[in-house]
Amino acid sequence: MSSQLATQSSSYNTAFRALLEKTGNAEPSWLRRMREDSFAHFERVGFPSVKEEEWKYTNVAPIAKLQFVPAFANGQPGGNGFGAFVYDEARRSRLVFVNGMLRRELSSVEALPAGVSVIDIGEALAKGPNETSLRESLERAAKSESGFTALNTALFSSGAFVFIPAGVSVAAPIHLQFISESSHGAAAASFPRVLVVAAENSAATIVESYASPGESVYLTNAIVEVRLGAGAHVQHFKVQRESTSAFHVATTDAELGANARYDATTINMGAALSRHTIDVTMDHEGAECWVDGLYMVDANQHTDTHSMIDHRQPHCTSHQLYKGILDGKSRAVFNGKVFVRHGAQLTNAQQTNKNLLLSNEAQVNTKPQLEIFADDVKCAHGAAVGQLEADEIFYLESRGIRPEPARNLLTYGFAEEVIEKIKIDSIRRELDQAVLNRLHTTL
Amino acid sequence: MLEIRNLYASVDGNEILKGINLKVNKGEVHAIMGPNGSGKSTLAKVLAGHPSYEVTRGEVLFEGKNLLELSPDVRAREGVFMAFQYPIEVPGVSNAQFLRLAYNEKQKHLGQEELDPLEFKDLLKEKAKIVEMEASFMTRSVNEGFSGGEKKRNEILQMAVLDPKLSVLDETDSGLDIDALRIVAEGVNKLHDPNKAVILVTHYQRLLNYITPDFVHVLSAGRIVKEGGKELALELEEKGYDWLKNGSVAAGAK
Ligand SMILES: Nc1ncnc2c1ncn2[C@@H]1O[C@H](COP(=O)(O)OP(=O)(O)O)[C@@H](O)[C@H]1O
Ligand SMILES: [Mg+2]
Repeated sequence: MSSQLATQSSSYNTAFRALLEKTGNAEPSWLRRMREDSFAHFERVGFPSVKEEEWKYTNVAPIAKLQFVPAFANGQPGGNGFGAFVYDEARRSRLVFVNGMLRRELSSVEALPAGVSVIDIGEALAKGPNETSLRESLERAAKSESGFTALNTALFSSGAFVFIPAGVSVAAPIHLQFISESSHGAAAASFPRVLVVAAENSAATIVESYASPGESVYLTNAIVEVRLGAGAHVQHFKVQRESTSAFHVATTDAELGANARYDATTINMGAALSRHTIDVTMDHEGAECWVDGLYMVDANQHTDTHSMIDHRQPHCTSHQLYKGILDGKSRAVFNGKVFVRHGAQLTNAQQTNKNLLLSNEAQVNTKPQLEIFADDVKCAHGAAVGQLEADEIFYLESRGIRPEPARNLLTYGFAEEVIEKIKIDSIRRELDQAVLNRLHTTL
Repeated sequence: MLEIRNLYASVDGNEILKGINLKVNKGEVHAIMGPNGSGKSTLAKVLAGHPSYEVTRGEVLFEGKNLLELSPDVRAREGVFMAFQYPIEVPGVSNAQFLRLAYNEKQKHLGQEELDPLEFKDLLKEKAKIVEMEASFMTRSVNEGFSGGEKKRNEILQMAVLDPKLSVLDETDSGLDIDALRIVAEGVNKLHDPNKAVILVTHYQRLLNYITPDFVHVLSAGRIVKEGGKELALELEEKGYDWLKNGSVAAGAK
């Protein structure tokens, strides 16, 4: 452990000093202090260990061992020709980040209505009006004990600030695209930071995607916060298709105003190791959330989802459907907490986690966890791990479909139940194809 | 076309079929009737090759070939079709995707041309008319959220697309209102021709008002206990099944 710490601190210490030098006095002084505190915290706690309950099944030692170089410390991030990752619907409403740095020439926000801000977080910090909400958000996250969060706060140098004014509905999906690729032998590390503020009665769709043109080793350590005002409606689609050698550690944190609605669908297909922490807090009456996801892993991939849905006030509704498809020697962890706090009467909370094992060597640890401190509530949860249903296979075979295509079609259907929640055609098409490719089949 | 000889089958160690003999020729329509639990669905599933059912004795020849040694998918591609009493829901897979895959598997098997999604859409549109199904059913997940009657119509749509030689329809009439029953029955009649055969498994005589059987067989406790022409169905309607339950086993196969 101590030698790991030494490696971590030398690698990240250099990066941290370089960042402070680069930003100089351009950043507000409170941010500089916060970064210093966070880095000191990270040096103290390091990366989480499997002795911690929340990290019991996910060993991040491989991340700790690697020498990462944050992109800004590594000069100009390379790479062009990322056209393949463009979603047509968001061609003029997207920010593209390469190794964590905004690439203006690849980005366009022309399709966004006046008053809507989709800007680099650095720019938002430099200009007055958004500083307060950003500061609040950063300060809150800085209270976290997590080493990953501290590292992000210390090292983030780019990311997005999205602001939807009250009453405004944005038709075009706002796409935040994170592309990573390591070059020159050093593993790239990026620390995306995103804050989405959807004011009262606004509506928007956020697409957050992670992709790589290659199969290199790199680290993404992202924090995304979404704040919904009263009556706001945000759809949030996260598509994680990192390189299968990469590490992806991310937090999504949503807070819902009264009668707000948050629909999140997360697809995890990439990365050697991925960990997604998704927390949704409903601290105002009448809020509703859908927190759905699909993880599909193969070979030696490891994926971990920790979700927390917190019902703090009455009359809130949460729906959660997480599905997993595991092949090869892959591992998945699903830990889904649903809290219904004291006084959160008339809560309706439904949670389901279903896993499909395509190989004998794949393994899932699933733990749905419902904790109810109110008495007038409607809650249900369940988890299942298994194979395809024999009756479904027979039904397809009885129509002349050979056993293997029958299994593939059923597996595709299993994934589709989550993928079809993403209401953007080009993303759905991409994911359908990705699922079929994983199954080595066509339709 | 089909010859069943002294067929015994069991499920989970329970013997359900106890010596079935049945011969079906091209162009014929046979009805298999009988009380609940007599083994009608078991017989249908054994013909389709359901893996839970074990054949312990006897043989089944389909066009001279040993049907029992073929896997379920091969049986289907060779032209055996069973409409399920309880059709299975397949979430996430659209009716069109499912049917095109099944259709193309058969075409491949027969060395005939496969269809791309657009070409298949045209074919499906024509076939859907036979059971008066709307286009919206083609993009919906297979049977998911379908009413009982819609599921049964969907079974006949599959039959129309796959164009089998032998169709075994297991209680396709149950759960249908009178309009749906007429649509399904007319569909089956339209699809029938002198080169094909149909086995209608039914509990009630109602369906036989629309589809006239050439032969009626009554199954009780895993045996065929009575056989006759279409008038036997009317007799059963009148008298019920009780008088047959302890009756003598029909003499031999036809
Ligand atoms: N999986 C099974 N396990 C045990 N018994 C079964 C199973 N399936 C059917 N049976 C029994 O077999 C008998 C015949 O069932 P079935 O063929 O469905 O009758 P029918 O279709 O004529 O109503 C019934 O007694 C039923 O309970
Ligand atoms: Mg039956």
